[in-house]
Amino acid sequence: MGKKITIEPVTRVEGHGKVTIHLDNDNTVTESRLHIVEFRGFERFVQGRPYWEAPVLVQRLCGICPVSHHLAAAKAIDVIVGAGTGDGLTVTADKMRRLMHYGQIFQSHALHFFHLCSPDILFGVDGDPAVRNVVGVAMEHKELAVQGVLMRKYGQEIIAATAGKKIHGTGAIPGGINKNLSIEERDAFLNGIEGNPQLTADQMVDWSETVLEFFKDYHRKNKDFIDGFASFPSSHLSIVREDGALDLYHGVIRAVDAEGNRLIDDVDYQQYDTIISEGVKKWSYMKFPYLTELGPEKGWYRVGPLARLNVCDFIDTPSAQREFEEFRAYTKGKPNGMSMHYHWARLIEILHAAEKMRELLQDPDLQGEDLVVQGRRQPSGVGVIEAPRGTLFHHYDVDQDDQITMCNLIVSTTNNNEPMNAAVNGAAVSHIQGQPEITEGMMNAVEVAIRAYDPCLSCATHAVGKMPLEVSLVDRQGNTIAVKQSNMSV
Amino acid sequence: MSETVTLTIDGKDISGIKGETIVQAAKRAGIYIPTLCDFDGVTSPGTCRVCTVKVDGRAAAACKTRVAEGAVVECDTPELNELRKMLIEMLFVEGNHFCPACEKSGNCDLQALAYRFAMMAPRFDYEFPDREIEARPKKLMIDRNRCVLCQRCVQSILTENDEPLFTVSNRGNKAIIEIDVKKADGIDDELAQKAMDICPVGAIIRKRKGFSEPIGTRKYDKTVIGSDIQG
Ligand code: SF4
Ligand code: NI
Repeated sequence: MGKKITIEPVTRVEGHGKVTIHLDNDNTVTESRLHIVEFRGFERFVQGRPYWEAPVLVQRLCGICPVSHHLAAAKAIDVIVGAGTGDGLTVTADKMRRLMHYGQIFQSHALHFFHLCSPDILFGVDGDPAVRNVVGVAMEHKELAVQGVLMRKYGQEIIAATAGKKIHGTGAIPGGINKNLSIEERDAFLNGIEGNPQLTADQMVDWSETVLEFFKDYHRKNKDFIDGFASFPSSHLSIVREDGALDLYHGVIRAVDAEGNRLIDDVDYQQYDTIISEGVKKWSYMKFPYLTELGPEKGWYRVGPLARLNVCDFIDTPSAQREFEEFRAYTKGKPNGMSMHYHWARLIEILHAAEKMRELLQDPDLQGEDLVVQGRRQPSGVGVIEAPRGTLFHHYDVDQDDQITMCNLIVSTTNNNEPMNAAVNGAAVSHIQGQPEITEGMMNAVEVAIRAYDPCLSCATHAVGKMPLEVSLVDRQGNTIAVKQSNMSV
Repeated sequence: MSETVTLTIDGKDISGIKGETIVQAAKRAGIYIPTLCDFDGVTSPGTCRVCTVKVDGRAAAACKTRVAEGAVVECDTPELNELRKMLIEMLFVEGNHFCPACEKSGNCDLQALAYRFAMMAPRFDYEFPDREIEARPKKLMIDRNRCVLCQRCVQSILTENDEPLFTVSNRGNKAIIEIDVKKADGIDDELAQKAMDICPVGAIIRKRKGFSEPIGTRKYDKTVIGSDIQG
């Protein structure tokens, strides 16, 4: 009899999800799916709202990555108020937003590494679940845990100083920003927040190097796991600066295939809907985006840290560039398809974000007074940003009374939907196949695979709060042989 | 010479000028009586009842009640504060007040009162009414989701010819604020701003201006409503 094993909840992923592994009679994996439940309908919710509310309203769809939504929406609305994109804004507005964004990348990646990833690599996939969590890390690696807390704090303080609040701020407004950075604020970030000499821009760069070394050391000792686990070839998509540099805030859309050939050659993101389509599957609320030209079967791609480093040509900060060269050399310049290398790429991005924050903080443009520009009103606007978890698209249409008539969002985690399913399947095939029994370690392997992608399920399904969960076992004929329900907090 | 009277508020002797309201006299004496619909202390619409006090033992709206010689007014009592809090909660549940995305957040009197009276979650069920947005005027829009029908706008926003720009249509719980779209297109930025400022909530919003005031610089970001009166 064929059976379906359901693992849920996926702990230590922001939000939640459920996984089903379909087994055949002889315990071989036939298919694996990451199910996403419930949809909050934000795209409908913003209809009728005045467009200038979008950056503040839409960020509410996620309590985990609000800054990314805030900025993506603001970039779309910039187009609507006629400010355009890129250097259409004043230098002060552009750089304040960049600082906000790098602060968000920094704190989000730090959170992911310390809370979600480090337990997996410190204690191993088969580690005792009682210690394989952030508390375990804090007890056995005190210094690392303290660094993690302070790195997050630094990023959050950057967000507060640019957006007005640590979460759900209002800083980015149509055509610009509503504040600059005062000299006092700047000095605190350079010399130590609240007089704490550990909370400086230099220290953040140093600590970023430390965690990167920590990971690389682990990698050297665990090559089979880090290279082999849930590894599979795919296309990769991200925005890049026009000269090919890694740019998480603004650029053109580029995609490469598994061999590194260009699939999308630096396209203006206002045209995103001519190159990307969104597929729907009946077992998931989450959409499945793909490159239109290649179709739903072959057109799916990865986004996020790994994809970004596969897509860009170079990094414009020296330490991150040095690490980037090592990263690219590891796969001989070809795109890297190893899921666990997301962690490596993420830590190179932490270092880049730390260097960028330091560079921006020393830039006198942040004290500029020229904050907002507006031009000819446009009926439609698209904003795209590289959020911590990957490419994020916001698209709005606005009528003559200034009310939003249409909103389309493709969030990072949705872009990574198909790759996450592939990763789950990879974990399932290598850990479960042929085994008559489902061990804790096997279950955890699936979670480890998903966590590599740092999915924001809260954001992808636009769901918050309590979520009813259902655990079911179904045989090959589709008969449910067991059901278990629970209610978990998200 | 105006005639003065002496009265007590919460046991404190204060003097009032004959003809003025209890709210006005209290304000001069540095005593804060919470208000919402009142905007200049002279011609309050008297719609919200947040200023309810007891005068000689009987409940009365302090913004509509004139001072009288020897009056004994109770204001800051547990019973009355609880009543005010309840009124504020009722205003919250009968509209759609989504503070996080409202640009009046931090400058909103209703929100500030809720903070002052430590409203956590309203004790009543949300009504989630269907309310329409009037977005046709070029300079303004009315988001009726947030309107508390205080009628400040009706009373105080007049065109050059002294005609009201805002009116009330319908009665009871069907009442809504309307704006004369033609007249509204003739107003200048200054009057548009005045209308937005006079609205105690985020119902009257200037178009294309949102969120330009950073968090931390808004009216109630650092001080509690009423602290300008009471010190
Ligand atoms: S629109 Fe504002 S000022 Fe006018 S009645 Fe409603 S809440 Fe009061
Ligand atoms: Ni999110």
